[in-house]
Amino acid sequence: MSEPWGPHDLGGQDGGPIDLAEHDTAYWEWQIDAMVRLALKKGLISDFAELRDGIEQLTPEDYARCTYYERWAKSLAYALVSRGVIDEKQLDEKIAAVKARQEAEGDA
Amino acid sequence: MNEPVFHVGQRVRIADRTPPVHHRVPSYAKGQVGVIERVCGLHGEPEKFIRGDGKPPQRIYRVRIAQPELWTNYEGTDGDKLEIEIFEHWLEAAE
Repeated sequence: MSEPWGPHDLGGQDGGPIDLAEHDTAYWEWQIDAMVRLALKKGLISDFAELRDGIEQLTPEDYARCTYYERWAKSLAYALVSRGVIDEKQLDEKIAAVKARQEAEGDA
Repeated sequence: MNEPVFHVGQRVRIADRTPPVHHRVPSYAKGQVGVIERVCGLHGEPEKFIRGDGKPPQRIYRVRIAQPELWTNYEGTDGDKLEIEIFEHWLEAAE
């Protein structure tokens, strides 16, 4: 057995008990899913492999801390910025605008 | 596209390497020897999708590995197999 390639490469390791509880998908998670599929369809990213790569480049701490769609969101943002589709300033401004709106609506 | 390099029943070894990008071979399968169970379709090369178009597409094979060879202290039966799909560029002929 070779050394694992990142925190996702878990096959053969003792993973402990499996949480079998059902859980709902939040609306923002559907939105991330939709954005990823749209980015693929428009050719802004090339394949799920590119998204997987971004997820696997997360630090082990981020990988462990983030939920499934949080990892997708981080990877998609990274891909779109590194491919020049958007720049970091645009992303930061949009995040700030959404935060401000949520605070105004009282659901932050 | 080229004809398949490997045929059903042939023994193959999965490469033991770790390119620093997304690749679809789990660490437990690297360096293992198995038998081609079937020849599957073609897909873009995962390692080349990172900042690229994945070309050229690579043939995929389903490789059958004996579970007792794969795991130390395997507790199942001797006949247990694991089947895993591996891209052609990760395989070489084995004795």
